[in-house]
Amino acid sequence: MTKDTHDELPLYEVFIRSKNGLDHKHVGSLHASDAEMALTNARDVYTRRGEGVSIWVVKSTDIVASSPEDKGNFYEPSDDKLYRHPTFFNLPDEVGHM
Amino acid sequence: MDVAKTDFNDLEEAFQAKIDAEKRIEPKEWMPDKYRQTLIRQMSQHAHSEVVGMLPEGNWLTRAPTLKRKAILMAKIQDEGGHGLYLYSATETLGISRDEMFDQLHTGKAKYSTIFNYPTLTWADIGAIGWLVDGAAIVNQIALCRCSYGPYARAMIRICKEESFHQRQGYEIMMTMAQGTKEQREMAQDALNRWWWPTLMMFGPNDTNSANSAQSMKWKIKRQSNDELRQKFIDATVPQAEYLKLRIPDDKLVWNEERGHYDFGDIDWNEFKNVVSGNGLCNRERLKARVDAHDGGKWVRDAALAYAAKKAARKAEAA
Ligand SMILES: [Fe+2]
Ligand SMILES: [Fe+2]
Repeated sequence: MTKDTHDELPLYEVFIRSKNGLDHKHVGSLHASDAEMALTNARDVYTRRGEGVSIWVVKSTDIVASSPEDKGNFYEPSDDKLYRHPTFFNLPDEVGHM
Repeated sequence: MDVAKTDFNDLEEAFQAKIDAEKRIEPKEWMPDKYRQTLIRQMSQHAHSEVVGMLPEGNWLTRAPTLKRKAILMAKIQDEGGHGLYLYSATETLGISRDEMFDQLHTGKAKYSTIFNYPTLTWADIGAIGWLVDGAAIVNQIALCRCSYGPYARAMIRICKEESFHQRQGYEIMMTMAQGTKEQREMAQDALNRWWWPTLMMFGPNDTNSANSAQSMKWKIKRQSNDELRQKFIDATVPQAEYLKLRIPDDKLVWNEERGHYDFGDIDWNEFKNVVSGNGLCNRERLKARVDAHDGGKWVRDAALAYAAKKAARKAEAA
């Protein structure tokens, strides 16, 4: 499945903030020759109906991702710390909402 | 005992358990090779269909009856291009490159929906395509919004949000023509006559003849069978045709009180096979248009890459 792709335009991941107050969210990817083209292409491909007020594009090869295989070990440090959750503590009803 | 084989069975069992629990599968997770291959085939064909689907409609872009209709058609066609791009991007997450997908389309190895191998003879065809072809696509795509593969499901949700406008603009064209002059009414009826049966074929072979369906249902790539979706489309569309006072070209079409569905006549599967295997009215023309567009755009892509390299070099020099 590895066809020669040296002349393929690089792949960019696209993140869009749909309105102020919300985080940027990954929406997909696209090919572009540089970041500038990636931005204008992202506008045309992913915001034809006012879906965004801000766009980030990042070269896919620049993203560092955790791998699903180390799901167990990688997140393990948080698994045995149940006291990080508010429900760990039993408080009397008299205290009210806390 | 074969250790490697046991490991594989464990993986596959865990995978199926995840699917059964309605968990979504994401790109980097382990998946059976056949699941990956099935998705690559289905998703890339879906992407190709969106892109090739621009061609029959593009045929009327310069001859739309009003400036308003032209602007609307242009926006609709742009959406279809966008749908193709969402889907190519989602398919790439499975490890196939965009170039390889284009290559498969251009060499005829990958298929696209047979519906786009029919010609658009009159303006009424643009109405019929929006109403029927996009209508059928919506029924298919709504079912795919719950597909087990995350990126495909997300692309489908995005696409479904945009499709409703496509069907409504098509139906509005049909309404205008059906309420127009005698010639316009006849044109609308003629378009319905030609597009009805090919549209029903869009849902694919009958369940009894659909080899890959069972596995796809088990993997929740598909959620509803071809025949279920086809029935859903017919039930929704018959009243719409009645409102237009147009006749659906099927003598056997009749409401079945007991089933709570419309009964309908036999689909000509020989015609379907014939078009799939490359002998439809427009197969050659469509493929040639795609290949020409891709080859013709090569110098633009090359120039853009050269420009980006030059800019990057200048920036490095200045630093
Ligand atoms: Fe579409
Ligand atoms: Fe559409």
